[in-house]
This record gives sequence, C-alpha cells and structure tokens, in this order.
Amino acid sequence: MELLEFARGPALTFAIAVFIGGVVFRVVSIFALWRTRDSSANRAHEKPVVIAALREIIRRMWPETVYKQRTLFTAINGYVFHIGLALIVFFLLPHILFFQDLLGLYWPHLPNNVIYAVSIVTGVSLIAALIMRIANPAQRIISTFDDYFSWLVTFLPVATGIVATSHLGARYETLLGLHILSVAVLLVWLPFGKLMHWFLAFVTRSQTGVHLSHRGAQL
Amino acid sequence: MSDKKRVSGSTTGPAHTLGEMLAERGVSRRSFLKFASYTASILALPPTAATAIAQGLASARRQSVIWLSFQECTGCTESITRAHTPSIEDLIFDFISLDYHHTLQNASGHAAEAARMAAMKENAGEYIVVVDGSVPLKDDGIYSTIAGISNLQMLEETVKDAFAVIAVGTCATFGGIPGANPNPTGAVGISDIVTGKPVINISGCPPIPEAMTGTIAYLLSFGAIPELDHLGRPKAFFGEAIHDRCYRRPFYERGMFAKSFDDEGARQGWCLFEVGCKGPVTYNACATLKWNGGTSFPIQSGHGCLGCSEPGFWDLGGFYKPLSTAKDDPLKWAAGAAVAGAAVGAASALAARKLRNKSLQAAAAAAPAAPRAAKKEDE
Repeated sequence: MELLEFARGPALTFAIAVFIGGVVFRVVSIFALWRTRDSSANRAHEKPVVIAALREIIRRMWPETVYKQRTLFTAINGYVFHIGLALIVFFLLPHILFFQDLLGLYWPHLPNNVIYAVSIVTGVSLIAALIMRIANPAQRIISTFDDYFSWLVTFLPVATGIVATSHLGARYETLLGLHILSVAVLLVWLPFGKLMHWFLAFVTRSQTGVHLSHRGAQL
Repeated sequence: MSDKKRVSGSTTGPAHTLGEMLAERGVSRRSFLKFASYTASILALPPTAATAIAQGLASARRQSVIWLSFQECTGCTESITRAHTPSIEDLIFDFISLDYHHTLQNASGHAAEAARMAAMKENAGEYIVVVDGSVPLKDDGIYSTIAGISNLQMLEETVKDAFAVIAVGTCATFGGIPGANPNPTGAVGISDIVTGKPVINISGCPPIPEAMTGTIAYLLSFGAIPELDHLGRPKAFFGEAIHDRCYRRPFYERGMFAKSFDDEGARQGWCLFEVGCKGPVTYNACATLKWNGGTSFPIQSGHGCLGCSEPGFWDLGGFYKPLSTAKDDPLKWAAGAAVAGAAVGAASALAARKLRNKSLQAAAAAAPAAPRAAKKEDE
C-alpha cells in the first residue's frame, strides 16, 4: 500500500510537474527560435502555407506507392498501437476518472473487458514494432537509446496495466502502484525524448510541407 | 501445531475444558461439530481439520487473556461482544479467562491492575495479550496513560511473558485513526513495538467478529499461530481482496458503474468504483463472511468499501475519491512548472539567437576579406 500511496501521491505530482514544465520548455524553445526570412522567389507550384501544411500532414499518413510494399506493415502496425493507446488512455473508466479529477472533464467509457482486449492487441503490436526495429539492419543502425527507452516507457504502462487488471504475480495494490509509477516515468521522459512527437508530430509535418512547397516540390 | 502446552491457562471455574463447559451449557455434540466444521471452513482449512479442531477445542483448557485498550474507541469490543444471537463463538469468549478488560471487567482502579499482574504471574509464557488501540510514542507517550503509566510501558510490561499478541482493529494493527495524518501523538501499531513475540493482526474498523473468534479457535485448537500475510494478518480472513469476492464485480468488468448513491446504477446494484470504493485494494472477509450473522456488508448496503482493514486507510485521498485518481492535488506544482518551463525555453531560444547572430557577424566580418585577398592574388 505504501507503494501505491507513493505512486498516487508525490510520484504523480512530481511527474505531472516535470511533464508540464518540460512540454512548455520544448514548445517555447522551438517556437521562439530565430527564423531567417526566406528571400528566395516563390516557385511555380507553391501552395498557400495552410494548404501546404495540411497536405503534408495527410500525405504522410500512408506510405508512398513506391515504398508501400516495404513499409505497409510498419504503417499498419503504427496505426494499431497508436489507436490502441488512445482507446486505453481515454476510454477506460478509471482513466477517465483520473482526468475528471484533474481537469473536470468527463466522457463516456468503454467496458473494461473491451479495453482489456485492446490492451493485449496494443501490447503485441508494440512488441512487433520493437522486433521490426531490431530485425531491420538499417533501422537498427540509426536507432539510439532514445528510441529504445521511448519504446520501453510506452510499453511498460500497457504491460503493467494488463498485469494489474489480471491480478497476476503480485497483490493488486502493488501492481496498481507499479502501473502508476510506469506512467509517471513516461510523463517525466516524454518532453525530453522522441515521445515529444505527441505534441510536435503535426508541427514538424507542417513545417516540412511548407518548406517542400516553397522549394517547388510537386508531391 | 500440536504444542498444547503453550496454550493453556488458568483452571478456575467448574468447567476445565471447553468440551466440559459446552456440555454444561447444553450444547449438543452435533452443534459443536458443526461449529468445528464452520471454523475449519472459514479458516480455509481442509475438511479433515474439522475433526482436529473439534478434538483440540474439546480438550482446550481455560485460556488466560489480557485485553489492553489504548488509543481506541471501544468499537472493536462493541463489534465482538454485540453478536445478535448467542452462539458458540460467544461461548468461546465466555470460556476464555478474560483477566483484564477495561470495558468488561468488574474490577477497577488498583484492583484491576492487580488482576492484570496476577494473571501475568500465574500464566507466565502462556497467556494471550489482545490489544485494541494504537500506542502514542511522541513525547514519551504522555498522550495516553493508564494507571499512571504510559501505554508503551504497559504494553512492554504485559507482553514480556505472553505466548502471543493479537492486535485487534486497525488502530492496534496499523495506527488507524490516531495515526492518521498529521498523527499528533506519534501513534503506531502494536507490531511496530513488539518484537520477539508472535503478533497476529486482525485489522478492520472494527474487525469482523468471526475473524477474531476464528483466530482464537485456531490458537486454542492447534496451539499455534495461523498462516499470516505480509501484514501479519491471518490469510484465512485477509487473503483475498474484497473486489475479487464482491457480488458487484461483474458490473465492474462490464463497465456498469453507479455514479452517485441515488442514481439508476446505484438502484440497480452496479459497481461502486466510481463513487470511491476501495474494494480492489482492501483485503478482508466482508464480502464472504459479511456482518451481523451474514446479513450484509457495506457494499451490499450501497456504500463503497472504505478500505478500513488496510494501513493508512484514513489518508488514501478521500473515501469518495476513485482509486484511480491522484491522492493529493497533482497540479499543485503545475503552474510553477509551466512558468519555469517557459522561462527556460525562452532563455534557450534567446541563447540560440545570440549564438546565431554572433556566427552571422563573424561571417559578415570575414566576407569582405575574401575579395581583397583575391584582388591581391590578381595583382
């Protein structure tokens, strides 16, 4: 019970503070950066900024035809665990109650059994993503500590959540404490690693789209 | 298990064994065997243990018990003594020689203390000490004294020659309400003080009477300590979470929750997790043995479990706050963190700008030199 109290108390408070401070730091430090005015002439096919940004966001949601055969599994698998994670985080009642306590918002939930099944699929999908990364020589070479640690802190809350719900291996309060602690670790790491794509994925895609459009790339 | 010598006691009174006493009171052998079977059942012992319990109890001798009450509300005694119908469990309490108990004893003042001393002397190494209430340690324990001595002194003095100690109620087991934040008296549970003696914790606010009588029946039958969990509680009564044995559990799995105490979900008997039930992290036999002779238990009555048999239940963040929410205010540092993050982010961007300006200036300074150098070469 001490572990659960620690997890629900100081650990979560600290993790949320680091998460908020870290995210604000990253966003401010990026948006307040010096941007050199581009004085080059517009290219013939340059789109308005908003169109170029949206186009790139949508374009990158599915692999290009030439790469499709090689990257289709990665793309589908990516969708599986991203949607799975979203369903778990936002549609399990205990999680909604957490957000309600935090933000005062409440929305409908899915049955626990459904979320349990989604968690299993998500866990398997995350493991598949790791195997793909290790098995592919090119991906392996460019992978850093950031990639593996980001994977770990994403996988642990899913794994501990499944184990806690199943009451496997230890007492429920211990498993729940570990689950909350794993979320705390995720929150602390998120702003400083590649998981910051939670907030920056669409920003970077937009920037790339605007840049490519200005250069006259016809995509 | 069969070390009977350790559990024996004073032999005053006409009945020397429990069997004899039950016979005197007209309890039939059939009823007694039913009780033995029931006790074996609630202790999660195999059916064959019923015979051993029957034999053990029948030949058990009058057991001296010294009951110490410290920082408590007498609710534990109320719970145990206020059985709604006379039962063999009650007779066990009649059978034991309760040599010292503030609420139940006739003697008072010096006579009461003399009774305690006499029981300790006559039954050295054999008597059982039952404690309800926590012990204050702060300021030399002055916050609770009995007969001119602190609770700590009385406890240490009494348990010195005891066979075993049974801490009854959450105050005695884990500090309970007196030990709740900010714990002004420095209250602790008995197992934080007593070392070198077996301490059996029977937690609850109050504990279930059967957990108490079952444990005593086990001690009398087998002369040994029952299997305990990591918090020193008999596994037979505290081995499973209330959530796992709750009749409302299927509604939890199906995601059907009462959102208040008078909505449709509450009337339909749906899960009470959302209104703060602590059943998932509370280990007790409420959902199986129930209360008042198996009539009901808090969740059946429509209220979530408070987690009263767990350490620190008073400080778990609120009885009506769901278990999945943060215990404290998790956003108490958020504003400060956001301001600090923005400041560091702005400083970092400013530093990057300065660095960039510096490198641009350096490049600008170097740029005119290149044509001159080229001119020289032409000359």
